[in-house]
Amino acid sequence: MTEPHPNPETMPRRGFFQKLMTWTTYAAGAVAAAAVGVPFVGYLLGPLRKDLEKWVDLGPLDDFKDLVGETRLHTFPNPLGQPWDGKAAKTGVYVRYQGPGRPAKEQFVIFAMNCAHLGCPVSWFPQSGLFMCPCHGGVYYASGKCASGPPPRGLFQCDWRITRAVRLEVKAPHYPTLQDTLRPEDRS
Amino acid sequence: MKRLLKALGGWFDARLGVRETILPMLKHPVPARVAGPMGWWYVFGSASMTLLLIQILTGIGLALVYVPAPDNAYSSLLSLNHDVPLGWFLRALHYYAGSGMVVLVLIHMTQVFLHGAYKYPRELTWVVGVFLLLCVLGMFFSGQVLRWDPDAYWGLAVGGSMAGRVPWVGPWVVGLLLGGPIIGGDALSRFFALHVFVIPGVLLLLLAVHLWLVLKCGISAPPVPGQIVDPKTYDVEYKKEVEKGVPFLGDAMMKDALFSALAAIAVVALAAWLGPVGPSALPVPSETGANPRPEWPFLWLFGLLSLSPPAAETFIILVFPLLLIVGLLAVPFVSNRGERSPRRRPMAVLAVVVIYAVLGALTYQGATAPWSPHMTAWSGAPVPEDVVRRSNPVELRGAVVFQYKDCRNCHALEGQGGRRGPDLTDVGRRLTRDQLIDQVSNGTPGGGLMPAYGKQVSDAEMAALTDFLVSLRPPGQPPARSTTEPQTARKEP
Repeated sequence: MTEPHPNPETMPRRGFFQKLMTWTTYAAGAVAAAAVGVPFVGYLLGPLRKDLEKWVDLGPLDDFKDLVGETRLHTFPNPLGQPWDGKAAKTGVYVRYQGPGRPAKEQFVIFAMNCAHLGCPVSWFPQSGLFMCPCHGGVYYASGKCASGPPPRGLFQCDWRITRAVRLEVKAPHYPTLQDTLRPEDRS
Repeated sequence: MKRLLKALGGWFDARLGVRETILPMLKHPVPARVAGPMGWWYVFGSASMTLLLIQILTGIGLALVYVPAPDNAYSSLLSLNHDVPLGWFLRALHYYAGSGMVVLVLIHMTQVFLHGAYKYPRELTWVVGVFLLLCVLGMFFSGQVLRWDPDAYWGLAVGGSMAGRVPWVGPWVVGLLLGGPIIGGDALSRFFALHVFVIPGVLLLLLAVHLWLVLKCGISAPPVPGQIVDPKTYDVEYKKEVEKGVPFLGDAMMKDALFSALAAIAVVALAAWLGPVGPSALPVPSETGANPRPEWPFLWLFGLLSLSPPAAETFIILVFPLLLIVGLLAVPFVSNRGERSPRRRPMAVLAVVVIYAVLGALTYQGATAPWSPHMTAWSGAPVPEDVVRRSNPVELRGAVVFQYKDCRNCHALEGQGGRRGPDLTDVGRRLTRDQLIDQVSNGTPGGGLMPAYGKQVSDAEMAALTDFLVSLRPPGQPPARSTTEPQTARKEP
């Protein structure tokens, strides 16, 4: 503060260098901002990656042979979760074996628990053959079709497959929403 | 000693310059009447800020123990409630001071609206205030998620499903909101970051701007009927007004301080009296049964949804709140001049009355909405004895069908059971046998509230069920008859 300010008018003209300096600063600033910003935004967008195909074993096919037409809740820790998810990763799917006589694709029907309305967990009532949602009164028939209430579509169905070891596997369901269903053929 | 302190203070002030900068701000002149009884209208903003301080303090305290991961969030909350000394108190205070903040911010906003204080030149102060309100509400929602219980978990699911309805980009919005393919640790961490870093950061920044605007534009004088705001002349008039004014550091500040202290004492008393809220249980998504209701500041929207047809839902969820926000932001631009006194602005007063009446009614609806079926009523709520005391065997069989087919989950008998559908205690007086068969078989026409039971009950079950339903009427009352039915209606069995 005590040093005398040099009088700019008496200083040699440095127009070109000043401009160079200014533009270099702008450029360096832009590069720095991009160097920090691009990876950061990329990190934030990380959850949008789509490489989640994990299969969950539900047991040997023979276990279902005696349960033709019955709807059972199977629960398992969802492999799509994090190691620190604890019980929050515990997922349930409703599995029904429809019998061997059908086309192979219809032997099993597996529903996600989440209501198609706003995601609450539906309950299966075998005596009336209905799935009921506890939250806003959505009701579905055994086929998964919406019977009444606010759901805009039927229950979300899960992909399944029979392995070579003749075991039933279900594709681990992500949280299903109207535009992000669990089977490619369900996309509207 | 005193001299030493003074010298020390002087040493710091010479470097910090508090007396040059901060002190004049505190002493900024306010209209003289703010120091009088009218000044009590001006205390709500600073009281909200006092509660914000409590929130920061208790929030830091809670963060010392809380674990933002699903496997331990619930147990760390239980530990706060039961093990950590005064942990229960901090949790309770954080909840009630937060609730108090919402209340005070709303009162503050209402006062500013009624007194026309948002008009020229304080439009921007109002706009920033609207965003501050959004921050406070955002804190409330994100805070509820951290209380990792089934309400929080399924509330998050509802939020995710709502986000999934955004046209075209829905799945991406869901992905960014939940942070992962399922609702778990990623979602909780993100709401923790929102609640602890992002929203508070934005809130404090906006608050600084809000306060700066209050200093820069000055506190509006208490409104006087007939005193018109005209942007051309207002600045000169206001300058004159504050020339006769008093410094804020004085009576005006005293009122603020007293009311702030009372507000703080009130939330502390509430916290000590009512204790912490939740967590109700550990959320396990594979367990059926959930009935998430949002926290009280959002119950009105929940109530509105429960009253609306499903077709209107997406609009109410995604567009309506945006319209409300735009409406609030537009207030000072729609009317930034003219009368300020509520006595000369009957429409403004009416708007406030109507808005609060609607919000109150919707909140009540939200708190009591019979939206949810009673999932255990089919087995947990037996048919009341006096309903079947004089039933014949077929009607008794019908009562069993009624229970077994889960009708009770949505239909109450004598007030017991679900309230999703109507109470059927005297349905025999209202609907004829044919109407009942039609209703049960086909459900509500056009995809209403009742599912079609046609394929779910056998002919014998249907006959018994309708016998039972027809018998549901007060003693001595004849069954309902259709006007198109011949007078010699078929005899009651």
